[in-house]
Amino acid sequence: MFPAKCDYYRATSAAEAIDLLGRHDNARLLAGGHSLIPMMKLRLCEPAALIDIGRLEELRGVSENDIGDNALRIGALSTHTEIATSETLRTRCSLLAEAARQIGDPQVRNKGTIGGNIAHADPASDLPAVLVALGATIHILGPNGERSIAAPSFFTDLLTTALEPNEIVTTIEVPVAPPGSGSAYLKVEHPASGYAVCGAAATMTIEGSSCTAASLAFNGVAATPVHAEAVTAALAGTAADDSAFRAAVDAHLEIAEPLGDLHASGEYRVALAKVYGRRALEKARDRALS
Amino acid sequence: MSVKIEVEVNGTRHEREVDPRLLLVHFLREELSLTGTNVGCETSLCGACTVKMDGLTVKSCTQLAVQADGASITTIEGLSPEGELHPLQQAFWDEHGLQCGYCTPGMILAAEGLLAVNPSPGESEIRESLKGNLCRCTGYHNIVKAIQSAAKGGA
Amino acid sequence: MAVLGSSIKRREDPALITGEGKYIDDLTLPGMTWAAIVRSPHAHARIKSIDTSVAKKTVGVVAIFTGKDIADSEHGGVVPVGWLLPDLKTPAHPILAVDKVRHVGDGVAVVLAEDRYTAHDAAEQVEIDYEPLEAAVDPKAATEEGAALVHEEAPNNIAFDWELGDKEKTNSGFAAAAHTVALDLRNNRILPFAIEPRGCLAHYDKNRGLTLRMTSQNPHVHRLLLSLASIALPEHKIRVIAPEVGGGFGSKIHLYPDEAIVSWCAIRTGRPVKWIATRSEGSTTDAHGRDHVTHAELAIDGDGKISGLRADTHAAMGAYLSTFAPAVPTYLHGTLLSGQYDIPAIYVHVTGTFTNTAPVDAVRGAGRPEATFIVERLMDLGARAMGLDPAEFRRRNFVSADAFPYQTQVALAYDSGNYEPALDKALEIAGYAQLRADQENRRKSPGEDGGKLLGVGLSSYIEACGIAPSAVVGSLGAQAGLYESAKVRVHPTGSITVYTGSSAHGQGHETTFAQIVAEKLGVDIDAVDVIHGDTQEVQFGMGTYGSRSAAVGGSAIVRSIEKIIAKGTTIAAHLLEAAEGDIEFEKGEFRVKGVPGKAQSWGDVCLMAYLAHNLPEGLEPGLEETSFYDPANFTYPFGTHVAIVEVDPETGEVEILRYIAVDDCGNQINPMIVEGQVHGGLAYGIGQALWEEAVYNQAGQLTTATLLDYAMPKAHQLPSYETASTVTPCPHNPLGVKGIGEAGTIASPPAIVNAVCDALSPFGVTHLDMPLTPERIWRAIHPGEDA
Repeated sequence: MFPAKCDYYRATSAAEAIDLLGRHDNARLLAGGHSLIPMMKLRLCEPAALIDIGRLEELRGVSENDIGDNALRIGALSTHTEIATSETLRTRCSLLAEAARQIGDPQVRNKGTIGGNIAHADPASDLPAVLVALGATIHILGPNGERSIAAPSFFTDLLTTALEPNEIVTTIEVPVAPPGSGSAYLKVEHPASGYAVCGAAATMTIEGSSCTAASLAFNGVAATPVHAEAVTAALAGTAADDSAFRAAVDAHLEIAEPLGDLHASGEYRVALAKVYGRRALEKARDRALS
Repeated sequence: MSVKIEVEVNGTRHEREVDPRLLLVHFLREELSLTGTNVGCETSLCGACTVKMDGLTVKSCTQLAVQADGASITTIEGLSPEGELHPLQQAFWDEHGLQCGYCTPGMILAAEGLLAVNPSPGESEIRESLKGNLCRCTGYHNIVKAIQSAAKGGA
Repeated sequence: MAVLGSSIKRREDPALITGEGKYIDDLTLPGMTWAAIVRSPHAHARIKSIDTSVAKKTVGVVAIFTGKDIADSEHGGVVPVGWLLPDLKTPAHPILAVDKVRHVGDGVAVVLAEDRYTAHDAAEQVEIDYEPLEAAVDPKAATEEGAALVHEEAPNNIAFDWELGDKEKTNSGFAAAAHTVALDLRNNRILPFAIEPRGCLAHYDKNRGLTLRMTSQNPHVHRLLLSLASIALPEHKIRVIAPEVGGGFGSKIHLYPDEAIVSWCAIRTGRPVKWIATRSEGSTTDAHGRDHVTHAELAIDGDGKISGLRADTHAAMGAYLSTFAPAVPTYLHGTLLSGQYDIPAIYVHVTGTFTNTAPVDAVRGAGRPEATFIVERLMDLGARAMGLDPAEFRRRNFVSADAFPYQTQVALAYDSGNYEPALDKALEIAGYAQLRADQENRRKSPGEDGGKLLGVGLSSYIEACGIAPSAVVGSLGAQAGLYESAKVRVHPTGSITVYTGSSAHGQGHETTFAQIVAEKLGVDIDAVDVIHGDTQEVQFGMGTYGSRSAAVGGSAIVRSIEKIIAKGTTIAAHLLEAAEGDIEFEKGEFRVKGVPGKAQSWGDVCLMAYLAHNLPEGLEPGLEETSFYDPANFTYPFGTHVAIVEVDPETGEVEILRYIAVDDCGNQINPMIVEGQVHGGLAYGIGQALWEEAVYNQAGQLTTATLLDYAMPKAHQLPSYETASTVTPCPHNPLGVKGIGEAGTIASPPAIVNAVCDALSPFGVTHLDMPLTPERIWRAIHPGEDA
């Protein structure tokens, strides 16, 4: 309940934050604080210095208009509440808004940020699989300038990302949902923590009655988001009906090393993924058709 | 290291030098003696410490006091003018929405946050919005009733 | 409208809804230091050495003490146990461990510092060299060959071996039975989890003694135990004050080492010392609840009448015997195994075992939930074995309304009861016949309603509360009486202050006790104040737990009021020049019977009692009476609950669609508060049934010490409850009240489990242990399924 002693620096720009990270040993970025402060309170994390980036306007906000190729940009400091309630996202990338609405509780959503969330890379968090299913791109700034990483490559292991030391997430770029598409995020939440025991994120584009494109990814079931590409590959071009979804999930969903804990074993999480993967596909299809 | 912060709490401006690790809830309780905001857990899950910061509900146990620099905060002590009750306070009283009262300040602030964005929530919306606030005494039944009643009264 | 029986709003609330209520952590004293207790990370280990030298160098540290410092001192002591059973093993429980730690969280040293952050910093710097030992964790396995030994004094970790009932008669009942059903179950260990953690603030003054403010359900009991055993100060030199207390649920009954440590530190240093448990610290040190492993059986004759019940339970005591621990799985458990039923033969055997875990003691319901779970699960199994509807099987075996008082085979004599109307009412509200029809339809065409399985569960419970007759509990091992006290002080102007030995922490006694006084004396309720929770202000009292405050504490108030009225009558008769026998007291007036207008008002009589200008010869001035009410029997609330659930057969997830509670707690002083107690009790029991479990792994680590893993019920997981009542007044106390604080917690676990097992009955599922996690249910539906 009592964080260990630490120093505190407030960055006035992203570049300064990177500079401060480089100048202080064992420094951690502080944005909303909702991943970091709980760990500091339990002294699972004892940074020597906090670099507060919480006030950097340059990292905030959802772009109103498409950029480039039918994409939207979301500043890393955007809170879950801002994302959940953004009219732009609700109409043009509703999967992200739907998932953000299911994170934690209202107070947590009011402070927690998308950048902090994905940088923490908690496997039971709600956003990683959603970004993978969406085909999002993570934009990063570091001592050597900017770079971009596709979401599936960003999450490298349990609580581990492709971020190099002294790099920060600046923007998340998500594609606008194409016409004739639908999406859904369904979640079995842990009764205590509220994190995902299994979270299923699906998108689907329908032409006539067949599925022309789909994606499916899971939170909570493995160390990193499970991108069920084999499932959706099997669906492409087939009739978008429940039995096809069931067959594709049963035949092609593979989760190599499922996570298990006291509440839900790996085996059970895999079973949940099959059910909720199917249900997410069904819901995405229904929304595409409505 | 200590950091100078300036915070407005319940309409009063305060300037303090604080240790960066000091949690906002301890700043409110111990520096400002506003003990209405309670601590019930250490994992940001019970919500007893909920306050309003720049118009949004937050868990004051999951904010550092330094993060509140420049912010405007409302605690249970400042929710209504001295001697008056906020409609939610009145409703919690009328509907027996509390027993031991320990979770109540956080619960009322959380409910206020809900009604600010959703003035007439349904029962399931109320229950969903209380995910971050635990009560061990009431079984939530009368808390939900109180919020419904305050919403009807135009809180 | 009568004051008694009205849903009057609580007078406690204005302070609590505005943040003005002062809980323990809201209090500070000049010169106060903060204590952090250094606790064992091991379940079982020898302490080889303790090095405080580095920690002592931390800026802001005032002092650091170890168990040896305390043991070697004048005021050192132990934590006593307050209930003895025959041959009970009572190994010493030092207030700080000296040579061995016996559970994760066992205190080893205490750090005092100028602020709480520094205290915790320095606590991390105390270096302790442990030699870890094997741990005994499971209450049954702990008694088996080769298990680690928690205390040398207790071979096989057996604290006690206890039985009740007629073993031979029961066994012959089973031998002759037409049907028998058996059940192996584990009653899951739960955390009490008041949202306010435990804490205390001690201050010592050489002349006045020790003032200890603490999270307490029973300040006098805490003072007594501290004085007798823990800190060696005379009782009159200790003042215990319970400020606002943020929930207890049993956890704030017991005396823990922590309050003694903090008191000792205050005596030693001369400075005020405050300690507030962090959440995980509380989780590893608060006394837990339940943790039984039980084998139980029911014998039934050819007509569907129960012919016998027997149960064998291993009950965890934890590492040390907590204050009332030995009573919980014995006299609060074994005695309840007759339930609402006429059972001709019952035998129960309980083995209390030491384990390397936090102590287990009374948690809301205390023994009675465990007993009710056994009985009500067996009733469902029995009904199924007989091919009877569970409601019909219960009805067939109820103690009939004309059989009271009813002597059970397990010591208790039920004073009153009328079980069928409560069952009928619950079934009617539930629409039981329709539910069964819906269930059958769904089973025939499972595609509807998304294939969800519908389950309906009944629980017809009884509890023994209003504890308890002192002579009875004394004969059973209690080291205390269980009466309650009340002083009614009438002031010269007629307003009243009541001092009660009960100690509310959310129950609303300041309101309900004032209702009793206002009603009985015909005065305005605002003319009555209720004081509790301070040993210096209030006469000795036993406190609030066991659903006893209205039945015992309220009755004590009535007794004092009767004495007040008697004295007032004497004064009024004298003033009115009438015979005492001709005076009646009604609506705040002492009247001469049959002579309209000839009366003395309440105010006039009160004033004269204190003016004393014209009192009957020999009568002392003043109007103040104290009573210690010792109940004649327990009280026996009962009722029937119905849970209606849906189970997702693909995932095992459960949703509670409806929950109906029909409770009979006798007369109700304040129905709003009664209902609130039912609601809270339900959430507590439903939590145990579906989500909550304090899990120790094989190494004795508590893996659910924080809310990240310990699943306390949340608003969105619960339905609104449908509550109703029947009223069968208690015949032996002056208010006809019984108690309602624990009913919901006692009734609801079997209602939920019965409902889920009912939903799963097409899969051949007869029993599942709590908590009914989705995975546990999924595995029951999909046995051996390889995902």
